[in-house]
Amino acid sequence: MAWTSAEPIVSLKDVRKSFGDVEVLKGISFDVKKGEVICIIGPSGSGKTTVLRCINALVPINEGSILVQGLEVRDPKLDKLELRKKVGMVFQQYNLFPHRTALENIMMAPIHVLKQDKAKVRDRAAKLLAKVRLAGKEDAYPGELSGGQQQRVAIARSLAMNPDVMLFDEVTAALDPETVKEVLVTIRELAEEGMTCLLVTHEMGFAREIGDHIYFTDRGVIIEHGAPKEFFANARDPRTKEFLSQIL
Amino acid sequence: MTAKPLAVLPVMARPPARSAAGDWGLWDAPKRIFTPRVLYGLLLAFGLCVLAGEAYAQFGGQPRLGVLATMQKWLPLILFGPPGEIGGFTLNILVSFLTMAIGTVTGVVLGVMQVSQGLIVRRIAWAVTQFFRNSPWLVLLFFAILLLPYRIQLPGGFVVPFPDWIKAVVGLALPIMGNISEVTRGAINSIPTGQWESSESLAFSRAQTFRLIILPQCLKRMLPPWMNWYAILTMATTLISIVGVSDSMTLTQQALAAEGGRGELLIPMYLLLLLLFFIYCYPIARWTQVLERRFAIIT
Repeated sequence: MAWTSAEPIVSLKDVRKSFGDVEVLKGISFDVKKGEVICIIGPSGSGKTTVLRCINALVPINEGSILVQGLEVRDPKLDKLELRKKVGMVFQQYNLFPHRTALENIMMAPIHVLKQDKAKVRDRAAKLLAKVRLAGKEDAYPGELSGGQQQRVAIARSLAMNPDVMLFDEVTAALDPETVKEVLVTIRELAEEGMTCLLVTHEMGFAREIGDHIYFTDRGVIIEHGAPKEFFANARDPRTKEFLSQIL
Repeated sequence: MTAKPLAVLPVMARPPARSAAGDWGLWDAPKRIFTPRVLYGLLLAFGLCVLAGEAYAQFGGQPRLGVLATMQKWLPLILFGPPGEIGGFTLNILVSFLTMAIGTVTGVVLGVMQVSQGLIVRRIAWAVTQFFRNSPWLVLLFFAILLLPYRIQLPGGFVVPFPDWIKAVVGLALPIMGNISEVTRGAINSIPTGQWESSESLAFSRAQTFRLIILPQCLKRMLPPWMNWYAILTMATTLISIVGVSDSMTLTQQALAAEGGRGELLIPMYLLLLLLFFIYCYPIARWTQVLERRFAIIT
């Protein structure tokens, strides 16, 4: 079953996930087209992060279906590594490898996973580092970088794998207000270059500006969704209204 | 005017060694380890015993060789063993090196197996670890001595001899293996789960994650407890004297017997043996403490 770019690049159908007795996702469905930027918002514990983790198979789902470029994530015979080469993920806590320099952090996966030529990877890693405005920090260890700088290295590290989809899991939530902007600028540039992005975020202003489509989730279901202008101006559901009134 | 703070709350205690004493250079280690206090203590204890012995030797009736002279006579033997073979304190150190090498390699493998995804592998590794951690070292030593063959016949006519001291190495390596396994498991579990998640999401296989990301970060955390076990092991190598290997303990006993069981020699001679181990192990213990403090706050 070959995937064509006319079909959704990521497609969720009635995804259900439980941790023990707690059902975190109660039937989530949505499609993401290639080049689209999707923002998922909602209160804490609504299952936003779990959705992202299900998409790159960090967390197995109980029911439903997730297709990523035609790969069924729920298939027990799925080659998870093949899936993860297509999907990049950036975490709230950066999770850089503290024993490697910024440049080595970016180089490791292409060298060891994609078996690419080391010299070429080094060139590309340096370019990616410059792209996230960190030229000159090649030899810095993560502990020597600020939160915003670490997060940009983490983005560059994911990009080095040439993913088709990028997942951003509350990437600015652990940052100082001053450094949030530098990370958002990087993500915006990516979106403008046509990268398919799924963001879980609390930055409403950013979601409105960058998102092609907003999904509001609460207690494991999608309450409401729509284009950002429409969504933020005319929220219909009372829960959405309440959430927006608290946060805006 | 500067406002006086109501209270100064300690947010995070600084590691004392780093701020107070600074980092150690290689060459000032000896004078920091053997500080005057330690040296005086050692000299005093040693001197008192020797003096008592000397006094006894002088006034005890017939003239004999003094205590110090007796020690001087036997020290080379106790340090290096009989001429032409490895023995004495040198053998203790050799045994400690080999035991630690075997115990570390097998222990790390066992420790990694303890966090394996396979339930059976995990259970077996756990059971083996617990068994060897919680058995008396001397009993394990006897098992190794009695159960291992004295030589192994390899296909092709090669014969690998298994002298007693090699068997002793195997016997002592077993509890070290169990303890290093626990050290390894603890270090692996102390790595934040985010490290696993980010390497998984970069499509690293589990083996690659271990080799490239988890274990390198474990090394630093494992070093202090590893050195601690090495110091304990070195002192425990005197156990091998029981199985008839001519280590420093055996040779001290033989020296005492050769002197005709003179009572006033007992304490000074054993103190001499103790000193050898102390001089070797105390710096390791101190260095371990320094490393522990230095690694206390990891960012």
